[in-house]
Parts: sequence; structure tokens; C-alpha cells
Amino acid sequence: MPLIWLLAAILALALVGYVLGRVRAKAQAKGDIRDLHSLPVYYGTNAALATMVPALLLIVVWLLVQPLIINGQVLSMIPESAIPEGGSLGLVMSDVRRVADGLDIAVEQGAMTVEQAASIRTEFTDVRERLGAVGVALGSNVEPEVLLAAQRYRVLSATGNLMMTIAALLLAVGGFLLALRMTHRDFRARNVVERAVLMLLIGAASIAILTTIGILFSLIFNTVEFFRLYPAAEFFFGSTWAPSFSGRGGGSELGVLPLLWGTLYISIVALAVAVPIGLFAAIYLSEYAPPVVRSVAKPLIEVLAGIPTIVYGLFALLTVGPLLVEVFGEGGFLGVGWMQGGTAVMTAGLVMGIMLIPFVSSLSDDIINAVPQAMRDGSLGLGATPSETIRQVVLPAALPGIVGAILLAASRAIGETMIVVLGAGAAARLSLNPFEAMTTVTAKIVSQLTGDSDFASPEALVAFALGITLFVITLGLNVLALYIVRKYREQYE
Amino acid sequence: MTDATAGASTAQPRTRTSTSLLTPDSRTRRRNAAERRFKIYGLIAVSIGLLFLVLLLSTIIFNGLRGFQQTFVTVNVELLEEKLDKNGNRDPADLRKVSTFGYAPLIDAALESKLETLGLENPFAKASDLRKMLSAGAPAQVRDFVLENPDRIGETVTFRMLASSRVDGYLKGRVTRESIERDKNLDAAHLDLVDVMRESGTVRKSFNWDFILGADASESRPESAGIGVAMIGSFYMMLVVLGLSLPIGVAASIYLEEFAPKNRITDFIEVNISNLAAVPSIVFGILGLAVFIQFAHLPQSAPLVGGLVLTLMTLPTIIIATRASLKAVSPSIREAALGVGASRMQAVFHHVLPLAAPGILTGTIIGLAQALGETAPLLLIGMVGFIASNYPESIVDGFMSPNSAMPAQIFEWAKRADPAYYERAWGGIIILLCFLVVMNAIAIILRRRFERRW
Repeated sequence: MPLIWLLAAILALALVGYVLGRVRAKAQAKGDIRDLHSLPVYYGTNAALATMVPALLLIVVWLLVQPLIINGQVLSMIPESAIPEGGSLGLVMSDVRRVADGLDIAVEQGAMTVEQAASIRTEFTDVRERLGAVGVALGSNVEPEVLLAAQRYRVLSATGNLMMTIAALLLAVGGFLLALRMTHRDFRARNVVERAVLMLLIGAASIAILTTIGILFSLIFNTVEFFRLYPAAEFFFGSTWAPSFSGRGGGSELGVLPLLWGTLYISIVALAVAVPIGLFAAIYLSEYAPPVVRSVAKPLIEVLAGIPTIVYGLFALLTVGPLLVEVFGEGGFLGVGWMQGGTAVMTAGLVMGIMLIPFVSSLSDDIINAVPQAMRDGSLGLGATPSETIRQVVLPAALPGIVGAILLAASRAIGETMIVVLGAGAAARLSLNPFEAMTTVTAKIVSQLTGDSDFASPEALVAFALGITLFVITLGLNVLALYIVRKYREQYE
Repeated sequence: MTDATAGASTAQPRTRTSTSLLTPDSRTRRRNAAERRFKIYGLIAVSIGLLFLVLLLSTIIFNGLRGFQQTFVTVNVELLEEKLDKNGNRDPADLRKVSTFGYAPLIDAALESKLETLGLENPFAKASDLRKMLSAGAPAQVRDFVLENPDRIGETVTFRMLASSRVDGYLKGRVTRESIERDKNLDAAHLDLVDVMRESGTVRKSFNWDFILGADASESRPESAGIGVAMIGSFYMMLVVLGLSLPIGVAASIYLEEFAPKNRITDFIEVNISNLAAVPSIVFGILGLAVFIQFAHLPQSAPLVGGLVLTLMTLPTIIIATRASLKAVSPSIREAALGVGASRMQAVFHHVLPLAAPGILTGTIIGLAQALGETAPLLLIGMVGFIASNYPESIVDGFMSPNSAMPAQIFEWAKRADPAYYERAWGGIIILLCFLVVMNAIAIILRRRFERRW
């Protein structure tokens, strides 16, 4: 029975439980619900939850555990000799899974009978061709061991699924009957239901923690795997980035320094654009602008933050890049010839700077507004001009918050992907010329992980090491920024 | 005496007071100038910000509107029976045997007769060279028509065919006679023909619905690429995001705001959420790749997986917005509910949550808008542009079969070498921005109409 029908059956049973629970509770009270401990709804909900929750939990746990057990059993069937030269057990396992899926599809389409699928042997049939006929493409001929393992895999999954279905249904029916039996006039249904709902709420809140754990685990496991294939010292201190494109065969130099430099350089250019503009805009809007100007200009500038980054990427690639080449390129407006192509640090940095203006301006705006008016009044009363007040009183008071805002913008710049993928170029180099193409950590994560590379090669795994580098840097900046902002807030409250 | 003279000589500022208050001295003038300068800097900064916005939007509109127009050629094709259905029995299986190569000569003949009616001669040695004016998909268009209407074989049918991207570019000013000199796809002679055919109305630009509703095309046929399938992919992803992130986000915020005891674990969850909000989106892509595809073996490139990744990404946004609107509900509401005997759970679900609903919806819509424009994580889980070439067959198929999303499709077009794709990328951005504007407008209206101050 496919999973969806099982789920539908359990939900249907829960619905019946809800109706019956209500009816039973009302019957117990002989029509006068004031005799019940809780409202009838709670008795119904109690029955529905008791039917649904344990069964669904069982299904989730079963689905997570079953593949692990089956993999273990099937892997033990594959002898060392079946593993091809240079391959790994994981690759053989994915072959097994693909053959098993192929057999499933063949049976589903009627190209094979169930018995045939269980009994075909590589010695008598060309399995690859038979599966190819139903649209399952296999990379190589099927080894006899792999086919046997695949058939074993099918048997095990089939029995596992059957057992799961039976167990889940039994659990659902059991919960259903138990809840109906418990439905009694004095049963404290509301308390039970509310406790269950609270558990669900806690579960939802802990998804945030699960996400963080998921991020950390997926990054750390694959990074450890990468460092097993490639020395960590060369990754962190290597100054050349030259992955070989042939896949296996090694010869890749995967030093992170050029990527970090590119990231840093582009972020610096971006901040050099965004910080002065954003800060002056925030000062003007909060201290000088008449209310009408403020109410129009502030939301308009914030529109810049709502535009998707792919738009900025396209803007960099197709508009800003060619424009810069016309000014700084060979035979350009200035005639300096500094710039060879449209993609460069300057292109990506400028556009990213535009994107960051609203971050800097609206965060600084909030912080400047939070400076108590009494401080301004005191300064103005002593005869300072508004600009002197801003420079010597307001800004020093707001400085920690502004630094925090700039750090948040920096973390945003470092983690930005689409602008640099389109605007910064693909060449990893250590150079000081801002008109040259460079690349960043994020751009290389995208290029190493798109396309169908297998996850066993260092060229693909390096992306996870890059990811963890990026994660640590941005997390550090965020924590630092939040720390500074929080410390500042305490001064005036 | 010496003291007094010494005092008088050091009291330099004294000289200032001798002038009138009405005539500012040099120092006041300097300070006032600095004041004006400072104010102007601020004004300049605001104007630069607004200028960038105007520049960005005008670039998008200027470049993108062309993507919605496409050049079509009206041709009368004679569907010859001896070519298409030799047996004359209209058997679909037999009709299918004739490939697009069999249809090409019909189109060539149709083009030549068209030239004759216009009083032109075919300047090319080979008849097939004339066909370069049309999209490479033209024979397939005729073939599809024939397979659908076998009874029309033998008649002359009028087709509105896409012109090739070079001809389209010529009408839009992107391609000139100089720029195609070394282009093997089109000759200047073609453009001469196009000039005449344009005057007679055979070649015309008109609005192209296929750009909005169609599927992506191969790299050599920019004229027939559309964003429709990617739009469907985005739609299914947004369904997943809405269906998961709204209930989970609301439940998590209710717990944190209304029930959580003040302790270490709660603190840890809160710090966690604010940090997740600032994690770069590409890290969520890595998470999706490792957990959903590598570990859980969900299908690659499926909108379901994309939706799951974007759900995790938008959850912090929704949680933060929901907590803010729960906090904004006046405590007197809760107290009144508790006072008349409601449990805490009832007070929250029956009274606080309905009052906070507009704020929650606003936050959710803004979160969805953010997710709709996100590209980088989708690239990692395989939702790249060129996959979007088939419409999903069913609802399950829509969630599970490989598809792309609007921003990934735009990225794919931006990467392609043919400049004809650039106007499509800009056009795609206009469509994407339209969706975002509509979503944000709904959010603003919701906030304006239902916001309550206590």
C-alpha cells in the first residue's frame, strides 16, 4: 500500500474518532454537556490525536531507520570484488538502488511480472537493456552481485513497508479504541488535549534548532570527508585555486586564499559604496528631512532591499559591467585600459553596494532615532549647529549601533551569491587591481556543486569546506554585531 | 599693570565682539557653510539612492519590454498529400512517420510562393536558405498541426510562425547589417526580404503570449523560449513553503511568545532563530543538498525539495513577524479571557491569535515574496533553468518531477551566449517583479486595513 493511502487511512480514522468521541461524550452526559469535565470538542480532539499522532510518529521513525537497516543488510552481500577500481561502496549502493527502482518501474509498467523481477539473472537476460526499455538508464552493465543485491533490496523494502503499514494501522486502531474507552464524563479531556498541543508547539519551535543542527552536520560530515581526501593545511593556506575538471584523477589545487581575498575585496568595495551613502542618507532622513520627504524617500530606498538578488546580478552583468568597460576599458572614455572584460571586482562591488544601501540606512536610521532627544537639545542649547550636534553628540552616541549595522551589512555582502556569480567572473586570483575578474567563496560553491558531479570527489566535497568557512565567518560577524547592538541598547534603557 | 597688558594681548577672541551680531564674522560663516555642506551631503546621498532605484527600474523596463514582443511571419503552407500521407488513409501512425525533415520542403515552397506574390525573387541558390528567416521550430509547428487535424491535409493553411531570433533582433534594432556580416545564421539578403515583407505586413511584431506561458527552449532557439513552466515550478514551491512555514512558524512563535518559560533553552532557541535569519541563503542550499537529496533520497530538482529548503529559509522571517504581532496584542485581552475562565491555551487560540492574524499574514506574504526571488539555494539542489521544458502532467508530478523556478530560469538565460536571451532575462525579471509588487501590495493593504492600535 503506497504511503499516501496509509496516511489517508489514518487521517480518515482520526476523523471518525473525532466524531465518535464527541458523540460518546454527549451520550455520557445524557445530552446535558454541563455534566462533562470538558467541552465535547475536546473529547473528539482527544480521540483524533490519540489515533493520529502515535501512528504518524511511528511512520516517520520507521522511514528514517528502515533504509539504514536495509543498507546494512544489502551491503554485507556485496563482496569486495564487486567494487570497481577507484569506486566506493556508496557508488555500488546507489547502483543497487537504481536497479531496484528500475525493476519496480518495470513491474509497474507491465514490462515484467513480479516473479520475473524477482528471478531474472544477469546470466540469462540483459538487465540493462530490459530496464532501458522502460526508461531507466543505467551507466554500465549490471554485475550479477549488484542484481542479486537489488533483488534482496526489493524484498527487504517490500517486507519493511508491509510491516510498517500493519504496525501503523494497528497503532492507529489501538489509539482510537483506547481514546474512545477513556471518553468518560469525568475524563479531563481538555487538559490532555492542551498538553498534546503544547508538545506540538514545542516541536515546531525546536525545528529552528534542528535546522541549525542539520546545517552543522551536513557541513561537518562532508568537510571531514573532504579533509580525508585533501590535506587541510593546503586548503587553508594554499594560494592557488585550480580544480581539475576531469573529475577523478586528482591534480586539483584547492587553496581557499584566492577565494577569500576575492570575497573580502568585493565586500570592501561594496561597503565603500554603501556605508557613506547609507549613513548620510540615514542622517539626512532622520535629522533634516521634512516629514513629507521622509515618508516618501525612506520606503523608496527600502524598495532596493526587496529586489531579488538575481535582478542585481543581471544589472551587474548586462548594464554596469559594459558601462565600466566603456569608461575604464581599452580605448574607453578615460583611455586607461585597466579593464579587460565586463566582469570584475568593481562591477560586483558597485552593484552589491547599491543593494546594501537600504541595510545600512534603515538600521542606522533606527539607531539614530533611538538617541534621546535631550542630548540633541543640550547640544543645540549650547550653541552648536545641527551638523556639529550630529557629528559630536549623536554619532558618538549611536556609534556602537552603527558599527553593528555595518557588520551586518558586511556579513550580508560576504554571503551574497547571485551578484558575484554573474558580475565578478570565474577566475580565482590574488590581485590588487579592482578592474580584474576575481571570484568568491559563494560563487565557487555554486560552480562546484551544480551539474551532476558525484559527491565522492574532492572537487565536489570542497564546496562543503567552503560552506563551513562561509558559515563560520558570517555567524561570527552576526554574533559580534548583535553583541555590540545589545550592549549599546542597555545604555539608554 | 604688566598683568593687565598681558591679559589684554592674549584675549584674542575679544576682537570678535566688536562687530555687529547682524554681520556674521568669518568663523560663523565657516560654521554655517559647514552646516550647509553637511546637509547637502545628506541630500546627495538620498538622491543617489533614489537615482540608483530609478536607474535599475528603468533599465529593467527599457530592456525587458522588448521581450514581450516577438516577430511573427504569416505564411500559407500547402499541406501536400503526397508528402505527408502517401497512403492517403490518414492513419495517425503513418502520419507520425513523417519527421520534421519531411515538412521543411513544404515551408520552403510556401516561403517562395510568398515571395512571388510580393514580386520578389529568391536570392539564394538553395531553397532551404530562405528558411533561416524562420525559427527552427517552424516545421515542428506545422507537424503538430497536421497530427492534430489530419483532415486538413491537402488544404492550404495559414500559419503564424515565429521568425528566427536574428530577424526578430533586426526588427528590434539589436541586429544590424554590419553585425551579421560574419554570422552564418543570416545574410544581409534576408534582411532585404524582411524589409519588403514588413511593409506588406507579412512580417510583424506582436505581443507574445508564449513568452509568459511557454516552456524553455534549446540554446539555439531563443525566439521560442518562455517562462511559463518555471512559473509553475515556482508556484508549486510557494505552495510547499506556504503549507509548511505558516503553521510551523505560527506554532513556534506561539510557544516562544506565550508559553515558553524564561530559561536557557528558550534563550538558545531565540538566539538560534535570529542567527538563522542571517545565514547566507546558499548555506541553506548546501543543507538541502546534503539532507534532502544525499541523505533522504528525495528526487533531485523537484519543487518539493526546493520548497522544503525555502521553508527553512523563510521560517525565521515568519517567526520574527509573528512574534512581533503577538506581542502587539494588548495584555488586557489575555487577562479578560483568563478572567472569565478560559484556559491559557483557549485565551491564545480563541482571542490572541485572531487579533494577531493580519500581522501574521503580512509577515508570511513578505516571507513568501523573499522566497520567490531566491535563486542560489535552488541551483544547488538542481533546479536549474534548462530543466523547465515540460509542463507537469498532474499535481503529484508538479511537486515531484524536475522543474525550475522563475529566478533560476532568468539566471539560465543570463548565462547563455546569445544576446537574444538577454531581453528574455529582463522580461522574466519584469514578470517576477510584478508578482513581488502584487504580493507586497497585498501585505501593505492587509496591514493598513486590519492593523489595530491598543
